[in-house]
Amino acid sequence: MAEVSVPLAVNGPIIRVEGLKKSFGEITAVDGVSFEVQPGEIFGFLGPNGAGKTTTIKMLCTLLRPTAGKATIDGHDVVTEAAAVRSGIGIVFQDSTLDEYLTAEQNLRYHAMIYHIPRSQREDRIKRMLELVDLADRRSDVVRTFSGGMKRRLEIARSLLHLPRVLFLDEPTIGLDPQTRHYVWEYLREMRRQQSITIFLTTHYMDEAENADRIAIIDYGRIIALDTPAALKRMVGGDLVTLSTADNQRARTEISGRLGVEKVVQADGYLTFEVESGESFIPRLVAALDVPVRTVSVRIPGLDDVFLRLTGKAIRDEDAGSTDRLKSRLRQRGRIRR
Amino acid sequence: MSIYVETRRISGRRGLTAVALGMLDPEAIWMIWQRDLVRFLRQPARLYGSIVRSAVWLFALGLGLRQSFVPVPGMSYTEFIFPGVIAMALIFGSLQSAISVIWDREFGFLKEVMVAPIPRSSVLLGKALGGASTATLQGIVVLLFAPLAGVHLTPVSVVEGLALMFLTSIAMTTLGLVIAVRMTDFEGFGSLQNMVVMPMYLLSGAMFPTQGLPVWMNTFLAANPLSYGVSAVRGVLLGYYTHPLVLDVAVLGGFSLVMLSISLWLLEREG
Ligand SMILES: Nc1ncnc2c1ncn2[C@@H]1O[C@H](COP(=O)(O)OP(=O)(O)OP(=O)(O)O)[C@@H](O)[C@H]1O
Ligand SMILES: [Mg+2]
Repeated sequence: MAEVSVPLAVNGPIIRVEGLKKSFGEITAVDGVSFEVQPGEIFGFLGPNGAGKTTTIKMLCTLLRPTAGKATIDGHDVVTEAAAVRSGIGIVFQDSTLDEYLTAEQNLRYHAMIYHIPRSQREDRIKRMLELVDLADRRSDVVRTFSGGMKRRLEIARSLLHLPRVLFLDEPTIGLDPQTRHYVWEYLREMRRQQSITIFLTTHYMDEAENADRIAIIDYGRIIALDTPAALKRMVGGDLVTLSTADNQRARTEISGRLGVEKVVQADGYLTFEVESGESFIPRLVAALDVPVRTVSVRIPGLDDVFLRLTGKAIRDEDAGSTDRLKSRLRQRGRIRR
Repeated sequence: MSIYVETRRISGRRGLTAVALGMLDPEAIWMIWQRDLVRFLRQPARLYGSIVRSAVWLFALGLGLRQSFVPVPGMSYTEFIFPGVIAMALIFGSLQSAISVIWDREFGFLKEVMVAPIPRSSVLLGKALGGASTATLQGIVVLLFAPLAGVHLTPVSVVEGLALMFLTSIAMTTLGLVIAVRMTDFEGFGSLQNMVVMPMYLLSGAMFPTQGLPVWMNTFLAANPLSYGVSAVRGVLLGYYTHPLVLDVAVLGGFSLVMLSISLWLLEREG
């Protein structure tokens, strides 16, 4: 007899979202999204600025009331059972929510108080969290003196302090340098391993989205694709092969004639074409050509190629520097009213 | 691992109990209260500013006008305005704390609090207590000037005075919370402060006695919660009451409750 196991499927999805919608007057920020996230999964929302990522997170975190639709976290409705939802989730917001006048340790201690972490465990857990994010030696320093990356790590530590079942990360590594981003993700994976946590993240970084088990691509408040990163990339087709030879014109004819590749693009002294599997194609390519090959490279299509393919536009991927973000916040200060 | 699973359940249940009780989450209240105190102590400029302001009013005005102005027979003008200057420290201190809600919204900390499993009422209560404590601290500094102002303090008058200063500060902080809780920019608060603080202060009986004033002024005085705070503090420090102490305490307490309820209603409607 086949062994019957295990709990995950029995419990069902930990996040369940059906037709979730949010309008601010004329603007529809989130336009009827539906998806499910399984326990232990890392689920990503990938989309350009203004796509509705933060608005979705705020509804799931009980901070915004949906205009329509329904969402449950661990079986609790985000509107009618907000209190139960709140005690089971941890959040890192897009903009820092640390108190800059307090020390790292005080920020965590206050968090422990409002999440009712048993007194006997508090100090121990605070200590371990600070160690985990490499801030133990800065624990008594006021947060104002921290770098952007340190603040981000502290926020992540704080969001995990009360052992949430689901962790929401809104652009967790925005404005961080690649090395710090890499560390942050190491911490997150380590946390997932230790605490079997479910992670919901939003990002507009393609490489960050690659950390997710599944990705929903969101644009204008709608999910336009939802799958594993690998499957999404398969939508683009195969790999991209680029080569240069002693005689590109002749090589082009040979590639088309002998290897049956239809579309070969010649530009800037390079030939580029799409094949199903670039790596296994290269040996055949080199063997088939009489023209001497100078360079060959294979590029795997990225999620940006997927986004381009789906929407016909490029996702903007540049960092807004911290000064720019401050400026835009100052600009907004006058007009954001709610 | 097993420890974690267990505590996760416990913390969840305790959080829920607190919410089920609806009103009081002592730890959340204490966290917000304590945070206000810690931040106040880390920003000494606020305290220095308050000391200078109080000294200027007390001595420049008190000594400057004492020759030409005898407000109440047997009492110098400096003595008379001494409780009034305390009241000024209280109203400024209270409103400054209430404004910090706008800062918390701007700089994000409010979100950390709003998404936590704690009742909104406890957030506001903690804020009221925190604001009242920092305001009272500023009032205490004025109290230290008593010998210079010729005010004779007794242990009993000090204890009573402190209690009434705290109550007055609660009333002023909760009023500030009603104003600040939905506000997202500081410019608006600045003009409201001018529209609210200065009239309230000048028409509270803090700077001059209230007998023989026009009717409209008396109406304003009667409707102004700060009048009752000034009357109460002056009463216990100098033995000169404008209204019965019981009335003062009842009005201040009742006003605070009403303001708390309104700010709670405003905060819960958010989103
Ligand atoms: N409080 C609000 N009032 C009015 N409009 C809002 C509000 N919050 C968000 N919006 C609008 O809703 C849309 C989605 O915003 P949202 O912040 O969810 O985008 P996002 O995907 O998080 O973008 P980003 O990558 O820039 O963070 C935008 O058009 C935004 O202007
Ligand atoms: Mg966002």
